[in-house]
Parts: sequence; C-alpha cells; structure tokens
Amino acid sequence: MSGFPILTVMLAVPALAAIACLFLSAQGARWLALATTFVNLALGMLLWANFQSGDGAAQWQFVEHVRLFGIGGAEFAWALGIDGFALLLIVLSVFLMPICIGASWLSITKRVPEYMAAFLATEVLMIGTFAAQDLMLFYVFFEGGLIPMFLIIGIWGGANRIYASYKFFLYTLLGSLLMLIAIIYMILTTGTTSIPALMQHDFPANVQTWLWLAFFASFAVKMPMWPVHTWLPDAHVQAPTAGSVILAGVLLKLGGYGFLRFSLPMFPEASAQFIWLVFALSAVAVVYTSLVALVQSDMKKLIAYSSVAHMAIVTFGLFALNSQGIEGAMMVMLGHGVVSGALFLCVGVIYDRLHTREIDRYGGLAINMPRYAVLFLLFTMASVGLPGTSNFIGEFLSLAGIYQVSTLYALIGTTGIILGAAYMLYLYRRVAFGDLTKDDVKAMPDLDLREFAMLGALAAVTLWMGVYPESFMKPMRGDVEKLVARLERAAPAGDSAPTAGKPAPAAHHGETHAAAPAAHGEAH
Amino acid sequence: MNYSLQLMMALPELVLAVGAILLMLVAAWGGAQSTKLVSWTAIAVLIGAGISLAGPASAGGEAFGGLYRPDMFAAFAKALIFLAAGISILIAPRFFQETSGDDLRPEYPVLILLSAAGMGMMVSAGDLMSLYVGLELQSLSAYILASFMRRDTRSAEAGLKYFVLGALASGILLYGISLVYGFSGTTLFSGIADAYASGDQKIGLLFGLVFVFSGLAFKMSAVPFHMWTPDVYEGAPTPVTTFFASAPKVAAVALATRVAIDAMGPAIADWRQIVIFASLASIVFGSVAAIRQENIKRLLAYSSIANVGFALVGLAAGGEAGVSSVLYYMAIYVVMTMGSFLVVLQMRDGEGRPVETISSLAGMSRTRPGLALALMIFMFSLAGIPPLLGFFSKLQVFLAAVHAGLWVFAALAAAASTIGAFYYLRVIKVMYFDEPAPAFPGRTDPIEGALLVIAAVVISPLGWPLLGYLEIWSGAAAKALF
Repeated sequence: MSGFPILTVMLAVPALAAIACLFLSAQGARWLALATTFVNLALGMLLWANFQSGDGAAQWQFVEHVRLFGIGGAEFAWALGIDGFALLLIVLSVFLMPICIGASWLSITKRVPEYMAAFLATEVLMIGTFAAQDLMLFYVFFEGGLIPMFLIIGIWGGANRIYASYKFFLYTLLGSLLMLIAIIYMILTTGTTSIPALMQHDFPANVQTWLWLAFFASFAVKMPMWPVHTWLPDAHVQAPTAGSVILAGVLLKLGGYGFLRFSLPMFPEASAQFIWLVFALSAVAVVYTSLVALVQSDMKKLIAYSSVAHMAIVTFGLFALNSQGIEGAMMVMLGHGVVSGALFLCVGVIYDRLHTREIDRYGGLAINMPRYAVLFLLFTMASVGLPGTSNFIGEFLSLAGIYQVSTLYALIGTTGIILGAAYMLYLYRRVAFGDLTKDDVKAMPDLDLREFAMLGALAAVTLWMGVYPESFMKPMRGDVEKLVARLERAAPAGDSAPTAGKPAPAAHHGETHAAAPAAHGEAH
Repeated sequence: MNYSLQLMMALPELVLAVGAILLMLVAAWGGAQSTKLVSWTAIAVLIGAGISLAGPASAGGEAFGGLYRPDMFAAFAKALIFLAAGISILIAPRFFQETSGDDLRPEYPVLILLSAAGMGMMVSAGDLMSLYVGLELQSLSAYILASFMRRDTRSAEAGLKYFVLGALASGILLYGISLVYGFSGTTLFSGIADAYASGDQKIGLLFGLVFVFSGLAFKMSAVPFHMWTPDVYEGAPTPVTTFFASAPKVAAVALATRVAIDAMGPAIADWRQIVIFASLASIVFGSVAAIRQENIKRLLAYSSIANVGFALVGLAAGGEAGVSSVLYYMAIYVVMTMGSFLVVLQMRDGEGRPVETISSLAGMSRTRPGLALALMIFMFSLAGIPPLLGFFSKLQVFLAAVHAGLWVFAALAAAASTIGAFYYLRVIKVMYFDEPAPAFPGRTDPIEGALLVIAAVVISPLGWPLLGYLEIWSGAAAKALF
C-alpha cells in the first residue's frame, strides 16, 4: 500500500460525490450517495486489512504530509495518518454511512440532493477528524462537522428542529472556541502543529491544567457529559433517523476520541489531577440520565439519554488511566456506535409506519412484526450489555479498569448498567410485548428487505464484537500500551490494589489503614 | 532626494487624482450619457494605480520630507482599497437604474476615485497633516456618495447624518492632533514617537492619544463610536454601502495601525487598553445588537462593527505578528463582506425594486439555490466556522493576541464570537429552514454573477491555496512598519 494516498482518496471520493449530488435528481443523488458510501466502505476495509498491528508495527500508518501554507509562523499541513484508535473509528464511520443512506431512502422526500450532499460532507469531515495529524487540520475537520449537521437537523428535522439545531451548533461552538485558544497556545509554545510530536511533548504541569480545561470544555460538550448534555436529546429527537444514527454512532465519539488523542497523552499530569472531576460528572451522568431515561415517553429521547449514560462509562474508562479502562472505553465507543445506531434505526422503522415516537402508541409488535421484534430485542440486550454482544466487552473492561482506581465509582458505574437494563427492558416491553390492541399498529407490516439488510448487518457486527472482540482489540493494543506507558508517571494509585496475604493479623490491620486515605482522596 | 523620484513614489495617488479631475471634466460636459465611458475609464485608472504600486510606491523610504510613506504596508492596503473601489463601480449602474429609474450619474465613479485617492493618502501618511488631508478627502467624497440618490429621503438622511457625525469625529481627531502637536512639537510620526519614548509631557500626550484614537475609532466604526454605521449603511444606496463596508474600512484600520505603531508605538501600554476595550465592546455590542435586526443591510452594518472588533484584536497584540494579522483579517473580511452585499444587490421584488428585509430571504435555498449557497458560505465564514476562510482570518488575529500574551483577551473575544454566530445562523435558518417567500426575479447581471462566484470560491476551501500568499504578503507588509 506504500505510496497510495488512501486516506486522501477516502476524503476526496465523498467530497466530490457531495458536489455532484447537488446537480442530480433525487433518485440519482440517492444512488450516487449509496455507491459512494460503499466505495468508502470498501476502502475502509482495505485500510483495515493493510493495517499492521503487533510487535514492530509503526504507530502511525498510511502517513501523508503535504505542507499547505503558513499561518502565523506555524505551518498548516495536509498531514494524515492513523493509529489503531483512529482506524477503528474510521471503520465505524464508513460502516454506518451506507446504513444511514439506506435509512433515508424512502423517509426523506424533500430536497434529497442537498440531503445526500450534507451526509457525504459529514462523512468527509468525520474521517478527516480521525485521520488528521496536524492540529489545525484536526480543528478544521472537527469544527467543520457542525455545518452539515446543523443543516441536517434544521432542514429535515422534526417540529422543533430550529431550536434543536441552534442549540447543537452554539453549544458545541462555544466549547470548541476555548479549545482553539488552547491549540493556539500549544502551537506557539512548541512551534509545531504535528499531533504525533505534541503527544510526546511535556508541557509544564501548571500550563497543562489550563490547556486540559480548555480541551475539556470542547470535548465534554461533544461527548456529551453531564451537565452540558442537554443539546443531545433535543438534537436527537428532532433529527431525521439517519441523522440520529450518525450523531449517536460517530459524532458522539469525537469527544471520546479527543480525550484519547489529546487530553490523555498531551496532558497526563492534568488528566490525573482532574480525575475527580471527570469521575464525579460521569457518576452523576450515569445515574441521573439513566433515571431520566426511565421516565421518557418518547423513544428517541429515551435512547438519547441512554447514550449520555453510555458515554459516561466511556469517560469513566478513559480516566481510569489503565489499559483495561482505555480498551474498555474504546470498545464501548465502538459497541455503542453500532448498537445505538441500530436502536435509532429500529425507532425509525416504526416511526416511518406510524409517524409517532410516543411509546404508548405502540404495543404488541412481537405479534405482527416478529422479525423486527427479534432484532430489536437483540439490540436492546446489546445496549443492556448482555454477554455475547458488543457492549458487554466494553462495559466489563471499563468497569474492571475503574475498579482498580476506585471501588466506589465502580459501584456507581455498575448501578448505571443495572438502571440501563431497567429502562431498556421497560421500553421493549411497552413496544413489543402486550396485546395488539390498536388498529393502526395491527396494520403495520414487518420489515422489508431494505430494513432487514440494514438491521441484519448491524446485528452481525454486534455479535461479532461480542463473540470475537480480538478483531477490534488487536489494532489498538499497541497504542493502548504506548498511552498507558505515557500515563504511568501520573496514574493514580488505586484503592483496590490486591494485597498479598499476610498471616499476621497486625500487619493486615495496617494495610487497611494505609488504603483508607487513598479511597478518601478519590471520593473527593 | 530628487523630486521626480518622490513623485514616482506617490504615483498611485497622482494617477487617481489626475484621472479623477479629467473624468470630472468629461462628466461635466458629457452628462448622463458619459456614465459608461467614465465608469470603465475609472476602473482603468484604478488598475493603473494598482500597477503603479509595483514601482517605487512600495519600495519603502519616505517622500516629501516624511509626509508620505511609500512602503509595503501602504501598498498592501492600497491594493485592497483599489480592488474594493473598482468592484463598487462595477456593481453600481444596474442598481441605480432599477431603483431610481434614472441612469447612474457619471459623478459616481469620479467620487469613488477621489475617495480612493484620499484613502491612499491615509494609509501612506507619515505625518498628522497628510493623515488629516487624506482622511478628509475620503470622508467628503463618502458623504456625497451616501446621499447619491438625491430623490430618496433615506439616502439624503444617511448623507446628512454621516456628514454631521463625521464632522464631529474629525473635530475630535483634530483636537487630538493639536494636543499631540502641542506637547511633542512636531506632526511627523517619527518625531511624535520620540516624544512618547522620552516620557516628557506625559499627561498632555496621553490626552492627545485618547482623542486621536477616538477620532480613528469613529472612522473605523468601532464601539463606542459606531452609532452612525447602521443608519448610514441602511440609507445609502447598496453599492455605496458595499463600498463603505470595504474600502474605507480597510483604510481606517490600516491608518489606525500605522498611527498606533509608527507614531505612538512607544506608548503601546496606553493605547492597548483603549484598543482592547474598543475591540471587546465592538464584538459584543455588534453581535448583540445584530440579533434583533430585520433589515439585512443593518445586520451587515452590525456585522462590520463586530468585524472591526476582531481586526482590533490583532492591533491590540501589536508587534509584527499583530500588524500582519490585521492586514490578513481585513483582506479576507473585504471579500466576505463584498460577497454578502453582492447577494443583497440581487434581492429585488417582482417589479425590480430592492427589498432589504431578512424575511424576504425565506426559503431562498429553493427558489435561488446558487445565491443561497453563496450567502450561506459568506455567513458561515463571517461566523468564523472552518473550513471557510473567515476561520483562518480569526485564527490569525487570535494567534497574534496569544503570541503577545493576551490570551485572556483572546479567549473572551473567541467566546464572544459565539454570540455573533447566532445571528449569522439566523440568516441561514431563514434561507434554508423556512418556507419560501416570493422568489427574487431570476436575473443576475453577468458581471455581478461572476464577482459573486469568485468571492464564494475564494472563501470556500478552494481558496486555501491563496492563504499561503496572503501570509507572505501580509508578513512583508507588516515588516515595513518595524
């Protein structure tokens, strides 16, 4: 693969197709968009197949570097390259894109060419964000993603779409602008915009604190973390189905990716310093948003709140600063990308038939839509974290990682998962089980081939990730090791470090005392 | 230094002044029929003035005993000014014909030329006297231009308002100049800089500085001296508004930069406070006040106030990086804002009369998709969203500010730009999310259409290759001041 700029091609193909879409008819735009996303999927698979992992593999692969222009003394370069984390998220993006196009095939009827163009533009910006190796280029892609999402929510969204699109745009913009100032500071003090170089750079600890906070302002909003999560339910509810899929599937991962790529490796001391903050916010999120999800009457809102809870597990895992936690966080991101995408799709399927998201309007779907009910059940279980499905791997690893740092937060995190089971099963019971009493619900046909293909593909991947996660763990293992090595000097001592059995009772007594202050410190 | 070389240094202004006078004679005898000839000749004169920048006019040094500075800084600003002036002439004839029914009078291009000559003098000034003369030549031409539609009351009102408030500002500026002269004993920038550096007569000089900056803030329309801007922009004929929002803005900002760096450089600690206040106030006030506007020209007027605020972020940073970022910002700003006004020029009702309400843009993405796309590009760019060029210009001024250690200020300005994003989004929302209003008649003048396409392409990511050159040129221009 040497010499072939595959990442640039993956960006150029949808970019050109997006422009071409604007000049086509509705049907032409649909087919072009579908073809393009499949081409990109094929390229993504090629990327995955050619990615070297294991010992001796380079950290950064498929590297491209072309200097574009200078900006304020620093250089702005077309620098692309991926490591394991980026690879997996790019693969996730290109996998979800054809499904998004498929989900919009019939439900989007107005202004189809613009819609397809906006989606393809989103794909470009997402891949670009994950592949960028230049700090400025990263920011351009990261922030540019707001434009197509703003349009998708605002033009094709539901009744309250304008409020939701504004909220989405302004919330994320404000967070990102603070990050921009931090980026500028980093560029000026180090003189480089190269992300790999900056990942090795040691900023003074007091500077790290400020930089970390600025990046946190942006990533926490994107993630989204409590209490800045409120844009997400609004955006999700108002976005069209495919918009929700891409929002939950990939855009929410930008925050986690940001922590993984910037906050942790570039500011290890500050990351350790703010563990309490991240853990506290995540703990609130995981319990609070789960409880909020429990009382929702709108299906999309329920899944949106469950996304916030799942993302809290991600932040928990990341800031455990150990390999289980980080691998787990990454697996939750991938698993959640597939599963929440699938759940939104499930909602979309019945929404297309009845045009309501009210849970109470449904009931008894297992009787007249058996195929749908089976797949919906699978994704419900995956969302709950049933062993054998994708989310189990990630949630288990994350919690194992947290447990090493703080037993208390592991307990709270686990509570969230139990609550997750409650609200998901409650949702499923109300939608799929019970008597089929309503006439319009009785008239709903089961999945057609298009819907079955989309949900089937997602189901296959969900099971694959649950049964053989090694395919997904392998590319990132080396990167996790490097990251943990970098974090080692700052990583906190856990309160649950297993102690060797000491027969003397007095010595044992001493051990518990020594551990107690550490636990105390964590709790604050 | 021999006299002919000095004249060569001032060649751009000479070309413009002589051209303007000759064309005025043509206009006087030719009457309304000569408009076309005068317009195209005026554009040729502007191009000629632009070409003459390449010679001694950008070589550095000084002419006429320091009154005039033909350096790269001036050349950069003049190139922008001449470009904007030329476009303002190109877009005028159709507007006037369709609005007032009469053909455009040939004095319009002449006044633009005179104004351009004044602006050239402003940005090349090396002395408070040449500064003032240039400024007045520019302003007086601008007052007439604002009221150019004689029979339109709004236009006349705009001209009068502009004149009264402009005269007040000139008075403030003159008072400041007299204080500076009185306490430093010279009107030459270099001598004034020495006086500030020496630290004698500190209070008097400080008062002078405050008044001079107040006068300049008026010309730049920075808060708190911005109040004339929305009224004048709304009332003036749209091509004239386009001109006001571009060329004189560049000239005023460049002039303020030169005065701040060349004449008052040693007093940076004093004027930096003023600039930081004016900058933040402009960004916040310009953005907040724009939110409730219903008239697109008023909205763009407030947008220009906020944009001056961002340019001042670079000026507050000072130093070479700061000056270069100001020029960089203004260059991209001119393209964005002229592009936006080009779209406004296309807004006409069924009978060809101009409409200016934002609500008339409703659903334009369906009735005029190309036009809507162009305006969306300009709006997102003005809001500073990547990958459009407006982002890079904001980035440049923030880089300069952080470089100068003003990172709290930069963070505040960046956060305040979120407010600005709100009203730019509103325009996009009206165009893309709302149900269509009656379409604007689908005829775009080929020249205006071409200019619009060029502006949109330059601002889009396709314009990235230009940024490299812009960085080099603005850097070279900034070097001339140090």
